[in-house]
Amino acid sequence: MKGSSQSPRPSVSLSVSLRVSGRAYKFGDNINTDVIYPGKYLSITTDREEMAKHCFETVYPEFLKNAKHGDIIVAGKNFGCGSSREQAATCLKYFGISAIIAESFARIFYRNAINLGLPVLVAPDINQKVEHNDSIEIDLETGILKNMRTNEVIKATKLPPFILEIIKVGGLIPYLRKKLGIEK
Amino acid sequence: MATIAEKILAKASGKEKVVPNEIVMAKIDIAMSHENADVVLRSFREIGVKHVWDKNKIVILFDHRIPAESEKSATTHKRLREFVKGQDITYFYDMKEGICHQILPEFGHCRPGEVLVGTDSHTTTHGAFGTFATGIGATEMSGVWATGELWLKVPESIKINITGPFKHYVSAKDLILHIIGMLGSDGANYQAVEFHGKTIKRLSIASRMVLCNLSMEMGAKVAFIVPDEKTIAYVKERTDKKFDVMLPNEDAYYANVIDIDVTNLESQIACPHAVDNVKSVKEIEGTKINQALIGSCTNGRLEDLAVAAKILANKTVHTDVRLLVIPASRKVYLEAIKKGYIEIFVKAGSLVLNPGCGPCLGAHQGLLAPGEVCVATTNRNFKGRMGSPESFVYLASPATVAASAIQGEITPPAES
Repeated sequence: MKGSSQSPRPSVSLSVSLRVSGRAYKFGDNINTDVIYPGKYLSITTDREEMAKHCFETVYPEFLKNAKHGDIIVAGKNFGCGSSREQAATCLKYFGISAIIAESFARIFYRNAINLGLPVLVAPDINQKVEHNDSIEIDLETGILKNMRTNEVIKATKLPPFILEIIKVGGLIPYLRKKLGIEK
Repeated sequence: MATIAEKILAKASGKEKVVPNEIVMAKIDIAMSHENADVVLRSFREIGVKHVWDKNKIVILFDHRIPAESEKSATTHKRLREFVKGQDITYFYDMKEGICHQILPEFGHCRPGEVLVGTDSHTTTHGAFGTFATGIGATEMSGVWATGELWLKVPESIKINITGPFKHYVSAKDLILHIIGMLGSDGANYQAVEFHGKTIKRLSIASRMVLCNLSMEMGAKVAFIVPDEKTIAYVKERTDKKFDVMLPNEDAYYANVIDIDVTNLESQIACPHAVDNVKSVKEIEGTKINQALIGSCTNGRLEDLAVAAKILANKTVHTDVRLLVIPASRKVYLEAIKKGYIEIFVKAGSLVLNPGCGPCLGAHQGLLAPGEVCVATTNRNFKGRMGSPESFVYLASPATVAASAIQGEITPPAES
């Protein structure tokens, strides 16, 4: 089984801290959701840990071996284009990806990530300012990033307060439970 | 002063007017999910609401894996049938009807001026009826099931004016591939696309749906055909519900205006592995193929089958090629039988499959082996989309696919 050489991943924390740090795992432009989560696994509808075992499996199988819990995906333009499959965001969240910074996102993936409480930030030229394996710190509240290797401070587009609020509570479901007054 | 998108979102959010980039809470008129309703259901249970907000506004249907290709999918179908019964959902279409983006309009769920969301990216198709129709994720759909509302950012709009007559065998599919090639796969990201012009007015409803369906492949949030008498006649024939036709104002603001004359447009084809990698069919004429596919939410409608049948009549599918034909819906299938198209396909040596998504998304029914080439009327040719990551998918019109199936290689339709 792919990725079986890894030690078991720590369980994913669902609430999100506004300060995120991690190692950059890089991708190029136009990474589509068929590539992130292959169509043949769409019959997995409820088991999120199972979804996490198939991230990028068909086209970039090395991801499952090399990526680590807590990594930050850094990508070019139009990340997450194509199908609306939420599994593409879910698999990354449950793999343990702590945030995604891209030059731009396709809209449905962007919404899915936010709704699952997976922080997503838009930063122009990010792919030129960060190398694979660089250590990155993110302040979600201000949208300021720092590349710890180069000490460069990078400005991402600040998240609107409404979206930040959804991410802060861990996604749309806890947000709605709070709004609808449903007790835990 | 406003575009179609701005007018519909203003109404849906109870405001006088809205402006691009404003976030609004919109009331949803129709919420559609196919098998991924199972993903929605898990989130819906986590919210903890007992009943859906409106059992008459949710549509659930099966089209992606029909009949069930695995025990897992069979279990999904079973669980959803039980949920539909338990919640008394009015509009449920089990696997016999066909593809969501064909049966929503067929059963009168698409109406001008309304907001329609679907857990499927090609939900933009329904903008062909002047509906604000967009694809959303499963978790946010569970929020819609619970509350009937959804946050939406008001998109900027772009206007595409189409003029001129099409050449013989050049169709809406060739036009939209040409536009995607020109603008790129994120050329309309987050934007609302409005199609205007004399050529659009002449297009059939099915061809209009092709334009809106594939607008998603350049990132569009929604795409509209400006509603006209053709739209209204189609919708009124299928629903008694009253609707407000929303038209753009003459002085509406557009972020971009593009004029295209189709007079000299040739048959187009999207080459592996990106929908915006578009060439004229002539440029790659002669590329050998192993599979050809006519169907999908893009091109599985009666007019698509009609043009394919015309080309395939009294011809034989090349011995090295398997041609799959998948009518978009049961109604389309029945009409195609009555008109004799299905007999032509079977005589020519095609495999006619049950209405549904088929192999388009690589789930089942005709996947590709490493090194194989398929030319399809579908909507995506990403690496590994239809099977092996070492296979190659080309996207073209039904006429090009039919002509290529006969020749065993990519062929412009007129020359077959």
